[in-house]
Amino acid sequence: MINVIVVGNGMVGYKFCEKFISKSGQENYQITVFGEEPRRAYDRVHLSEYFAGKTADDLSMSTANWYEENNIILNTSELITDINREQKTIHTHLEKTYEYDYLVLATGSAAFVPPIDGVEKEGVFVYRTIEDLDAIMTYAKKIKANGATEAAVLGGGLLGLEAAKAVRDLDLNAHVVEFAPRLMPRQLDQGASDMLQSKIEELNIGIHLNKATQFIDGEDSIKGMMFANDELLKVDMLVISAGIKPRDELGRVSGLEVGVRGGIVVNNKMQTSDPNIFAIGEVALYNQMIYGLVAPGYEMADVAAEQILKGDKTMRETIDMSTQLKLIGVEVASFGDPFIENENVTAIVYENKFSGIYKRINVTKDGKTLLGGILVGDSSDYNGLFQIYANAMALPANPEDLILGSRGGESSTLGSASDLPDTAVICSCENVTKGAICCSILDGTANTFGDVVKLTKATSGCGGCKPMVADLVKAAQKSIGKEVKESICEHFNYTRQELFDLVKINKYTNYYEVIDHHGNGDGCEICKPVVASIFSSIYNDTANKHVTTQDTNDRYLANIQRNGTYSVVPRIAGGEITPEKLIVIGEVAKQFDLYTKITGAQRVDLFGAQLDDLPKIWKILIDNGFESGHAYGKSLRAVKSCVGNTWCRYGMDDSTTFAIELENRYRGIRSPHKLKGGVSACIRECAEARGKDFGVIAVEGGWNLYICGNGGANPKHAVLLAEQINKETVFKYMDRFLMYYIRTAGPLVRTSTWLEKLDGGLDYLKEVIIHDRIGICETLEAEMEKLVGTFECEWKQVLEKPRLMKRFSHFVNSDEKDDNIEYVPLRDQKMPRPW
Amino acid sequence: MEGLLNQYETVNLSDVKVWFKAGDIKDFPSNRGGCIKYKNKQIAVFNFERRNEWYACQNACPHKMEMVLSRGMTGSTDGIPKIACPMHKKTFSLVDGSNLNGDDFKIATYPVKVEGNEVFVGFLE
Repeated sequence: MINVIVVGNGMVGYKFCEKFISKSGQENYQITVFGEEPRRAYDRVHLSEYFAGKTADDLSMSTANWYEENNIILNTSELITDINREQKTIHTHLEKTYEYDYLVLATGSAAFVPPIDGVEKEGVFVYRTIEDLDAIMTYAKKIKANGATEAAVLGGGLLGLEAAKAVRDLDLNAHVVEFAPRLMPRQLDQGASDMLQSKIEELNIGIHLNKATQFIDGEDSIKGMMFANDELLKVDMLVISAGIKPRDELGRVSGLEVGVRGGIVVNNKMQTSDPNIFAIGEVALYNQMIYGLVAPGYEMADVAAEQILKGDKTMRETIDMSTQLKLIGVEVASFGDPFIENENVTAIVYENKFSGIYKRINVTKDGKTLLGGILVGDSSDYNGLFQIYANAMALPANPEDLILGSRGGESSTLGSASDLPDTAVICSCENVTKGAICCSILDGTANTFGDVVKLTKATSGCGGCKPMVADLVKAAQKSIGKEVKESICEHFNYTRQELFDLVKINKYTNYYEVIDHHGNGDGCEICKPVVASIFSSIYNDTANKHVTTQDTNDRYLANIQRNGTYSVVPRIAGGEITPEKLIVIGEVAKQFDLYTKITGAQRVDLFGAQLDDLPKIWKILIDNGFESGHAYGKSLRAVKSCVGNTWCRYGMDDSTTFAIELENRYRGIRSPHKLKGGVSACIRECAEARGKDFGVIAVEGGWNLYICGNGGANPKHAVLLAEQINKETVFKYMDRFLMYYIRTAGPLVRTSTWLEKLDGGLDYLKEVIIHDRIGICETLEAEMEKLVGTFECEWKQVLEKPRLMKRFSHFVNSDEKDDNIEYVPLRDQKMPRPW
Repeated sequence: MEGLLNQYETVNLSDVKVWFKAGDIKDFPSNRGGCIKYKNKQIAVFNFERRNEWYACQNACPHKMEMVLSRGMTGSTDGIPKIACPMHKKTFSLVDGSNLNGDDFKIATYPVKVEGNEVFVGFLE
């Protein structure tokens, strides 16, 4: 039997036991644990929750019989006083002696108390153990009864701010006193600290920076703190949280090597200068550093356990000090090197004082690598940023998108958890990789999020990785065909695809039929347009048929703009237009005093049309051969083209004709999101076809077809679906691709996101729409054929049917126009008055 | 802008002094809104046919002060009848005007009564 003695029963000591028994099979080992505190190991990270009502049991790391069940002897309230390294024994304050083969020192650290005159006075506490907290609570109660109200915390670091919250929870006015010029000086820069300070001050917690405390005022008990500038802060209680001091006494008395400023020196195997003695956690001095975070402590525990069991795992050279937490209700995170500044690094900073958000990322000058960053006020991007940093992943073309995020309301630029490599560590507290999380689902050892947590321990540390783990579990479940509900809103417990099938099979033609049979309530602005879009996709109904359930753009067949007026975009397929038609547009614009602009999609947009002018404008346009350009619809907007070989000396084929054909074929078809296309006649790519949902580029011997790209907030290059195919084949694949997308995408999901989420990705898509693997190509083509032949111009319909015109007036009871609309001049035209 | 918003104050049924005839039932599309002009006010009137209820509120969305609420979509959240602004999708309770997205912006609501085929909106003056 080999004796392993663990000195210290904190989080890291406990983790060592857990790791050890999971690796050893235990038969040949006897683990004995000594703890000086009276209770089982507890979660010190969440200590302040003790003030918020959690009990010592709630915070406990294990159940009461865990040690017994695992054949571990736990001796609490017993302090080790000496080690005899020659005889391999330890001695306790109860004068007992125990033999060891391996000794693991996990004695942690104690609160560092700076040498200030008067710290021994009554009312001065440290913030470290449940006993400390009990003492603070008792004292607070006592002084409050005497009318005292003020308490200070010395130290503006992580724990100090936690302590300040605790003090506030005790109904005392809290002050934070910090020696450095900013809060959390090891994690935050000045800007981030300023933001955090103003957020904390909003909670009536006083912040005193740049304050060197000279002495503690008061007779026997504390009455105040005297600072170096002779300023006196009157307080009745002080909690010291100014850092930690490794508990290395045992190392010192037994002659182990210790650091100049404390800590037992260890190598990358966690061995001390005595190879049979290991040190882990906050007592261990590794790479000349004490790591006061739980994640490195856990990793050290893992390494020591492996080493004792003759494994070869060693500690990493660089230890990540990234942290994410919620301090007093304020989200704070820092990762990588938060401060780095030199000529090769650019710091990108976003600061919004109004909403209290500060974000900084440090990126290499070439924009390729993320080195670190800071988030205050909103740390929702932390997991994504941390993964990009930790896995050295490629950054988007504009790295600032990483913190400015979804400016166009599109999905995050951080991509999805599914993009990460299997080796990416998702839960750094427990060192759980993406591979481990997904595997447990894929091989059936876990079925739910809860199972995964139980099995891998992911999320059980700080919990910051929860959303990411949830995403991965969902993705893994999906990939093995498990149902993951993504219902569209509170009124329907169905996905868009399910609703699509329900409508098709039951032949519903009216929104209220659908909600009465399959939904509940009255519907809303989310589900109504979804169902309307489904009707259009199945029956090619124009928006005129479902006015009630269309949002404003489809209801009025124009795009609502900033001042509530609308803009008008006639179709100019492929960007080709006659001079006569250009003149008509110009004349309409003049007559109705509209602002005109050439759009990015080679069309002309006419802005500032009032509701009742819309039919008048369209009357003229339609009389002159124009039709609706569907700029307002979730439908095909435009197919951009270059000039092509008709005029261009480089052109390899006739891109303009092709673009016009594509645009006319798919015009008016409603889809989950807007669609754009492009056709270029050579690889110079003047039509930017690969930034579109579909793009066609002429090459030697035919056309290359690209799909699922887009511009917008999260630009994506389209990917190659097929090479050197003829026009006919392009149409065939396009029919299948578009119909498959229309049938299966979620509401407002663009083709790029749809492809990202498609199980099997591009390869699977190719199988389905090129090789007809699941035998649906004929159906897709037939469904598309039905839509293609039935296009009707919605504006023409309106003008032909006077009853449809009724909706285009501002007032029900008056012919007047909306008199609220004001314009200001802009470069010989006009724009809405500023908001 | 504030002046514009100050014109609109919720009127309780018990305080109505003037019942203004807004139009006939057929003037208002079902399950949608229509805007009426009363003195210098723009009021959105909703024929919530699905619930057999009528509502009225200011036409200005308090977020950006545009006269657009009558062009929004009606619906419900947890059973509360609501209107979604077509500009930025802020949603307001048609019962008490509160913002269902939790922001501060509120809208003023007005009582509606239907007598025979005629629709009336209640005002203080």
